[in-house]
Amino acid sequence: MADDIFKALADPTRRKILDELTEQRGQTLFEICARLSMKHQLGISRQAVSQHLAVLEAAGLVESRREGRYKFHDLNTAPLKRIAERWTMPDESESTP
Amino acid sequence: MRIHLSSVFVDDQDKALRFYTEVLGFVKKTEVPIGEDRWLTVVSPEAPDGTELLLEPAGHPAVKPYRDALAKDGIPATAFAVDDVHAEFDRLRGLGVRFTQEPLEMGPVTTAVLDDTCGNLIQIVHQA
Repeated sequence: MADDIFKALADPTRRKILDELTEQRGQTLFEICARLSMKHQLGISRQAVSQHLAVLEAAGLVESRREGRYKFHDLNTAPLKRIAERWTMPDESESTP
Repeated sequence: MRIHLSSVFVDDQDKALRFYTEVLGFVKKTEVPIGEDRWLTVVSPEAPDGTELLLEPAGHPAVKPYRDALAKDGIPATAFAVDDVHAEFDRLRGLGVRFTQEPLEMGPVTTAVLDDTCGNLIQIVHQA
């Protein structure tokens, strides 16, 4: 599970997808593709974006839900908290002002 | 050469005519009976001699899987130009229209995507 997170975060396009999902939750594949192409000039195919989303989903960073005929993607930052907790220094809480 | 006609598949022509005229604001241009269905087109009141939109029956067996796949990924069947996407979004949402993409400013264009209740997603767009 942890390795999946690092693999997912290692790619700049996938980090852009997470940035965009931070701005607006509940995006369709079409909206994510539109944001990547128009806001970031990333000319990648829908199939490629779909594969990036699958990697993010496998890492738990993106969750998808079906609503009627539609599929929306949401950001889930819980796995990132586990990364931070993994390397928490024992005395960190005491030194925090 | 110019684009004379574009079409969307609709589940029910009567329901579609109501949505495309009463909600979106187009006007009926032609209605010709063809068997159980009709050749039914609407146009923009701003361009009555412009491109017609054919409200085409969705009975063909290929239509459902095609449209379901597009809808799942949020891909619009077609796009209509408006003066102000934000204003149309507010107006249409007030009428109960469901949007799968809220107004999104992307450089020179602003877009939003709505459900036409007849099986399609429609993009509205304006240029800044």
